[in-house]
Amino acid sequence: MSVPQLLVHERRDNVGVVVVEGLKAGTEMTCVVTADNSSFTLKVIDDVPIGHKVALTDLKAGDTAIKYGEDIGRIVADVAKGGHVHVHNLKTKRW
Amino acid sequence: MASKYSNLTFKGYRRENGRVGVRNHVVILPVDDISNAACEAVANNIKGTMALPHAYGRLQFGADLDLHFRTMIGTGANPNVAAVVVIGIEPGWTKRIVDGIAETGKPVAGFSIEQNGDLKTIMDASHKAKEFVHYATELQREECSISELWVSTKCGESDTTTGLGSCPTVGNMYDKLLPEGIYGCFGETSEITGAEHIAKARAINPELGERWYKMWKAYQDEVIEANKVDDLSESQPTKGNIEGGLTTIEEKALGNLEKIGRTSRYIDILEPAETPKSGKGLYFMDSSSAAAECVTLMAAGGYVIHTFPTGQGNVIGNPIVPVIKISANPRTVRTMGEHVDVDVSGILRREMTIDQAGDALIENIVRTANGRHTAAEALGHREFVMTKLYRSA
Repeated sequence: MSVPQLLVHERRDNVGVVVVEGLKAGTEMTCVVTADNSSFTLKVIDDVPIGHKVALTDLKAGDTAIKYGEDIGRIVADVAKGGHVHVHNLKTKRW
Repeated sequence: MASKYSNLTFKGYRRENGRVGVRNHVVILPVDDISNAACEAVANNIKGTMALPHAYGRLQFGADLDLHFRTMIGTGANPNVAAVVVIGIEPGWTKRIVDGIAETGKPVAGFSIEQNGDLKTIMDASHKAKEFVHYATELQREECSISELWVSTKCGESDTTTGLGSCPTVGNMYDKLLPEGIYGCFGETSEITGAEHIAKARAINPELGERWYKMWKAYQDEVIEANKVDDLSESQPTKGNIEGGLTTIEEKALGNLEKIGRTSRYIDILEPAETPKSGKGLYFMDSSSAAAECVTLMAAGGYVIHTFPTGQGNVIGNPIVPVIKISANPRTVRTMGEHVDVDVSGILRREMTIDQAGDALIENIVRTANGRHTAAEALGHREFVMTKLYRSA
């Protein structure tokens, strides 16, 4: 298998992590779920830096972001499938 | 049951109390901030000694003073330290620290400055420090079982690659070595927020899980809720965490907890800088998530090697404990590789499994225990930072 551009912890996650540098919008990414080694492809629609997250599905304001199969915070601005997920559209539910 | 890790050995320094160290430092320890200058002068006079200057030790009281003494005594008592010269402004608190360290049986001597002045104190302490260097440099390493190692962990400048790679690497190491009888330690109370339900469930029994939850909740209520002015963004997670792609404390906490692996359970909770008393196994230390504070506390608890996963590249070291850096971030490995001891970036390329990464870390731990200097040691990182609970009187 080719080197993946995106890793996802669990199958039920709705965000994944970019693991390559210089990823450009429009790239058809190879994505791997680390829990079961399954793979899929997804087109990224933003330039996303290494380590940053991508939405695996359309996410709406008010939705919960899921990573490690767990709640990692609230989506506060709509983000389309393949879009960059970070502090501009995801906030903690704590503090 | 014997595993392929059961027969691992390393060459360490067996101390008077039976504990094993992996370094052989002669420490010049100030009781208080105003004794730093004398300690540094002694360390400059006598080659092979090391002063540990710090910022506190005056007018502290209550739990904060207890923590100060515990940190000072624990640092001197750590098996990586062969002998200690203690210098304080006055004899009372100096003696209290000397007596605490002396319980280990190792050579320790105290000097105080009032009615002597810095110069006489430095001369007297230098003579004793020279004696201690002769003593320490004749000690020999001997073969020890892997089960005699105490290995702590805390991550720093984390990013999403730490949760994917370097933290699970440490977790895999614990899953393999805790059954062999090592002592482990994790902490970072604020940084479990969002994963507290998981941490609570990883206690050895439900009663301990309840105790852990109360401790975590007390920090939330008494420190964070009492003092916060916003959602702590840029503090926890830090600006560096955010640069690396971590967005929320929940996300950071879930990655952090990967350090305790899949099967390991903690058997007790430690106060900051407290030495474990419940036997071999994994402990949680109630501690700050700031790297230098946390590693200093765990070293004072008696841990002799620290494993430190980093994503964006935290450069921390400790004066008495070797800090092993593990990184899975290929950009960090490329741009600041001189700080990385174990490169596990192959995990992100799916070229390396977590099992292989855990074995690579164990190999590095054994080599470090045998005497190989870590990146932080070679680069001179000696961050020694006391934890302060509240303002002094």
